[in-house]
Amino acid sequence: MSKTTVTDDQIPSAEKIIATSPLYLLLNRSVRHFGMTIGGGVLLVIFLMAIFAPYLAPHDPYDFDLANKYISPVWAANGSWEHILGTDGQGRDYLSRIIFGAQVSLLIGFAAMLISGVIGTALGVAAGYFGGRVDMVITFLITTRLAMPVILVALAVVALVGSSMWIVIWVLGLLIWDRFAVVMRSTTQQVRNMDYVASAQALGCSTARIIMSEIMPNIVNALIVVATLEVAHAVLLEAALSFLGLGVQPPTPSWGLMISEGKGMMFFKPWVIAIPGTALFMLVLCINLLGDGIRDVTAPENRN
Amino acid sequence: MLIYAIKRLGVAFLVALAVSLVTFTLLRLSGDPAAAMAGEGATQEDIEYVRTHYGFDQPIPVQYYNWLTNAVRGDLGISIYLKTPVADVIFSRAPTTMTLGLCALTFALILAIPLGVLAAMYPNTMLDRVALTTAVIGQALPSFFFGLILIIIFGVWLRWLPISGHASWLNFIMPSIALGYYATPAIMRLTRAGMMDVLSSDYIRTARAKGLRPRTVLFKHALRNAVIPVVSLSAVQLGFMLGGSIVIETIFSLNGLGSLAWQSIQRSDFEIMQGIVLSIASFYIILTFLADMLNAFLDPRIRVH
Repeated sequence: MSKTTVTDDQIPSAEKIIATSPLYLLLNRSVRHFGMTIGGGVLLVIFLMAIFAPYLAPHDPYDFDLANKYISPVWAANGSWEHILGTDGQGRDYLSRIIFGAQVSLLIGFAAMLISGVIGTALGVAAGYFGGRVDMVITFLITTRLAMPVILVALAVVALVGSSMWIVIWVLGLLIWDRFAVVMRSTTQQVRNMDYVASAQALGCSTARIIMSEIMPNIVNALIVVATLEVAHAVLLEAALSFLGLGVQPPTPSWGLMISEGKGMMFFKPWVIAIPGTALFMLVLCINLLGDGIRDVTAPENRN
Repeated sequence: MLIYAIKRLGVAFLVALAVSLVTFTLLRLSGDPAAAMAGEGATQEDIEYVRTHYGFDQPIPVQYYNWLTNAVRGDLGISIYLKTPVADVIFSRAPTTMTLGLCALTFALILAIPLGVLAAMYPNTMLDRVALTTAVIGQALPSFFFGLILIIIFGVWLRWLPISGHASWLNFIMPSIALGYYATPAIMRLTRAGMMDVLSSDYIRTARAKGLRPRTVLFKHALRNAVIPVVSLSAVQLGFMLGGSIVIETIFSLNGLGSLAWQSIQRSDFEIMQGIVLSIASFYIILTFLADMLNAFLDPRIRVH
């Protein structure tokens, strides 16, 4: 039997214990969370790619060259480093279009999430805080919204109004607030029964003040998680709309649209749809991993 | 139980009414049915004639009232493009979409429930990780992209399955997988969470202590209770799948409600769009109502609230 000795450096010093702030613990948990590190890391790369697209893209994403249609990517036998991911049916550089496509996906995802987040949070917090009749009406609104098929309604409206990036953003934003409302409603219900809310009421704080400084700070974690997942939801919906030809209009590079444009050639050159499809998959996967990670890290008791 | 059922039925009816009102208003505000009906190349006089002749010049509430009184009698109007009653067109297309939805749900359940149960039985093992990975991938894979990959692999490279049409049951395999895979993560997570809850409960410990066979404990005592919430989730997911079928039906050229909706959208066929949204919403409402009833029947605590 070996004798175990405890050396000084194995015992954390008093300073270290005191210095362990909640933020430090949060960061520590975040870094150790495998999915969150990977998801957040790749997402950061995609973000930077979207922001610095004009400097990173090797070619102009709109520059067509009909003499160089469907050039294979560099890993194929006849690929070249000139067009690393090949070219599309109009000879446009695929890598550049993927890079600029990240801008479209992220912009629509975030803008739609912000719109739906404002609507959903307002409804959810109101329902959860006031309860009674207000809750009844808002629950009814949520049920009605859930009964409406999102893609169908979005497609119909976009087709009738005419599609542009802002129309897509507004239509999606006005449609996908349901999850925000559902989650915010139930979290607010939990928080409003806390003693600190009762004491704020007893002190005579206004309703607005109670909601803004007592309720909101305590539901913001759940809000961030839903917001993350809703960005992914909006990105997927935009891709589906663009795939069906009713989202972002050509020649704007959108990953959904690129899959749609490549569909005719997919039997002969599968990479034409595989490349934008993988980009879309990676983006949504990373956003979801980050969202799941934030949930695990901020509320470890809610895991599973 | 009866009072609960009547209450739920009343709410379900109101929701259907609200959906029809919102859809009607939304579509009327988004586009001009008179222009769509008059067709391309119609003069302004033609459009005005159609507008007054079909009552599109009346205020939207009046139009909605007229539409609603007809809809209650089962008359959803006449298709602008096909010139046939909307209800007939929808009924002729619905079976394909229903078959697709049910097959997709079956696929999702067959994949999700065993995975969820296994993950709950052996938490934090390799098996659990596999199940979780399946769920995470399922959530991130766009169904249209997944559908196209299936077509390339099983339809073109391996030539196992037909890639379009609805001639035989073989045609439904790939679309069902592409549509159902998206529902798998939610069902799997709920099964896993439910099973983990149940497996750590006292009555399972009692059942084990009595010396019952592990299989009896797992299937008869644990799974039965864990699966209750999965039933209502399945109903909700089936409703979502019917709405999402538009993408899958377009890819696989299935002749159901989804492709009808897609064609009608391109032809600005207001009456059919309206009818399809309403029928899919009604189906969703009926499904959730039935799921509520089943839950209340299985779990008496729900009825009290």
